[in-house]
Amino acid sequence: MDEFITLNHGSGGRLTGELIREMFATRFGMNEPFTDSAIANIKGREMAFTTDSYVIEPIFFPGGNIGKLAVCGTVNDLAVAGAIPLYLTASFIIEEGFPVKDLITIVESMAQEAKNAGVKIVAGDTKVVEKGKCDKIFITTTGAGVIRDGCSHIGTAVKVKPGDRLIINGPVGNHSIAVMGARKQLSFTSQVVSDCASLNHLINRVLDTRCEVHFMRDLTRGGLATVLNELSAMTGMGVEVEEDKIPVDEPVKGLCEMMGFDPLYLANEGKVLIVVPPEECDKVMAAIRSEPSGEKAEVIGIITGNKNKMVIVKTLTGGTRILDMHSGIQLPRIC
Amino acid sequence: MKYIDEYRDIRLIRALEKTIRREAIGSYIFMEVCGGHTAAIHRFGIPSLLPPNVTLLSGPGCPVCVTPVSTIDRTIELASQKDVIITSFGDLIRVPGSVSSLEKEKAHGADVRIVFSALEALEIARASKGKKVIFLGIGFETTAPGTAAAIIKAKESGIRNFFVLSAHKIMPPAMEAIICDGTEINGFICPGHVSTITGSKGFRFISEKYNLGCVISGFEPVDIMMSVLMLIKQVNNHKFLTEIQYSRAVTVEGNLKAQKIMDEVFTLASNEWRGLGTIERSGLKINDKYSAHDAEKVFSLKGLSENLRENTSCLCGEVLRGRKRPTDCRLFAGVCTPDNPVGACMVSAEGACNAFYKYRRNG
Repeated sequence: MDEFITLNHGSGGRLTGELIREMFATRFGMNEPFTDSAIANIKGREMAFTTDSYVIEPIFFPGGNIGKLAVCGTVNDLAVAGAIPLYLTASFIIEEGFPVKDLITIVESMAQEAKNAGVKIVAGDTKVVEKGKCDKIFITTTGAGVIRDGCSHIGTAVKVKPGDRLIINGPVGNHSIAVMGARKQLSFTSQVVSDCASLNHLINRVLDTRCEVHFMRDLTRGGLATVLNELSAMTGMGVEVEEDKIPVDEPVKGLCEMMGFDPLYLANEGKVLIVVPPEECDKVMAAIRSEPSGEKAEVIGIITGNKNKMVIVKTLTGGTRILDMHSGIQLPRIC
Repeated sequence: MKYIDEYRDIRLIRALEKTIRREAIGSYIFMEVCGGHTAAIHRFGIPSLLPPNVTLLSGPGCPVCVTPVSTIDRTIELASQKDVIITSFGDLIRVPGSVSSLEKEKAHGADVRIVFSALEALEIARASKGKKVIFLGIGFETTAPGTAAAIIKAKESGIRNFFVLSAHKIMPPAMEAIICDGTEINGFICPGHVSTITGSKGFRFISEKYNLGCVISGFEPVDIMMSVLMLIKQVNNHKFLTEIQYSRAVTVEGNLKAQKIMDEVFTLASNEWRGLGTIERSGLKINDKYSAHDAEKVFSLKGLSENLRENTSCLCGEVLRGRKRPTDCRLFAGVCTPDNPVGACMVSAEGACNAFYKYRRNG
């Protein structure tokens, strides 16, 4: 472990994983696999719990704001664990001088998104800190839900087998590009909108098919590449994806080419990777595509029997390359 | 997508692969001197498409990598001064200096901010009255016009708290240094984005004076394969020229407006390169007319040299000279990884070690 925490420890890549394992899990006595939600058995009922803190600059961006994000993110962490999200709590750390009208906008969009997702925000906390002690507003949401029958394995990947198909519910990278655009870092305007959305209805639709689902995880900070690497590490199996099957919207693709970004590492807030046996693939795809947040779903790859725990991308040129975890944040090319 | 898909067309790539195998009757070593090319070559797996007698070698083309330890140390020294905000292109903050890095200094409280452009740094200066904002200007002819534009804008708008520590470099003198260093190559894959600014004319002396092929290449697989084929043909015909493969972006004359802005702000001066040492007339120093924005002139910096320290096992310098490959380094992938980089070539996404680690690992 390094002597000091740097921003890279929070980037969602390898260093974040190291921090979780070596700092927190060992001291809290948590065991692998680390999933998006913890599952606890309470009076014979399997419950899922999760928590997440939201800090984002800027707090308003095309397609959402920090409040909407705080609801969607936690709802999604519950849903991908195979749970029906039910209750959220919300804690606010607010910087003194924060405009009340902005707070109204944020809280109203939280209420709206909770309504959309069918969850109730039932408790909360507020702290106001001196100017400069936090950046405008930080929100932490904690969620609880009930695990659907026979679904507690979904977050753990224990049922994943060679030959399983990998599905993604739509194009990747939009959230990152939308936020960069809102930060005015792109030096030109883009019309890319964040994909920020609650996925519990889409996931319910999939689980309602009664098809076997072997794994689900939502793609967030580290992008698709990180989730694929986590899956490979959790299962000890190889993962192979086809570059030209991974959906990327044209404006995102164009910006990536220009800036030198790889869309597979860009953040998402409304995307989920779903792993299913090959024979269930068509049925699951049909269910996903019937939901608005899954219209552009694609089958992007396969679990291989390969024991070398690597993520391999079949490139457009017919070659292959390793898709590694990313170290640190992605930066634009300067050459 | 237009201008992308057709340059990734698998049938074209296969056809080029076949032609290269047929034309490559001797042994060829070509050097790319652009970090963007290094990243693209490995990302698209170009080496696996070439026959064993055609070798691609990375040169000093990664802006972060060629920035010497002394520049990092000086910036760290500036970061410790009162009311200073350091702004930098992101990768640079992770490059180890003699004893620390900007990333570590930032964790200790130094105000170090990542920017995407010099103009973004200028905006920080505008919004941070009472602070001195220093932009660490690195990169070649690709980024230098942006820095120059920001300096001109600062002067025009009276933003007096904006300064640049210029470590900008130009590419042709480094290519000449590589040749004079005796590195055995048959030609250069010349930089694409640099050439959009300079035009092809800046490289002509290399083919004329040194009998080496020069082809300015684009960044897609078809571009790179085509450039390799053009270089092979030049070698086979003993006719060395500076050719433009990347004709959809590069002209002979280049971007005259950008050249004018650079001339307005910068003068050529000797400059230190990691691995290559000091090269005459290879750096861009800020002109006296803009000295009020020149961090070298405005801030007092202690003399350097004595405490300069680089890990002696790190082969970054040799890799940048084309003398060694990343996998020749015993630190590679063991002690030195992108998470824990020892040398600059592992830090930057445009560095040869980083590209090898990311896409190939086993060489």
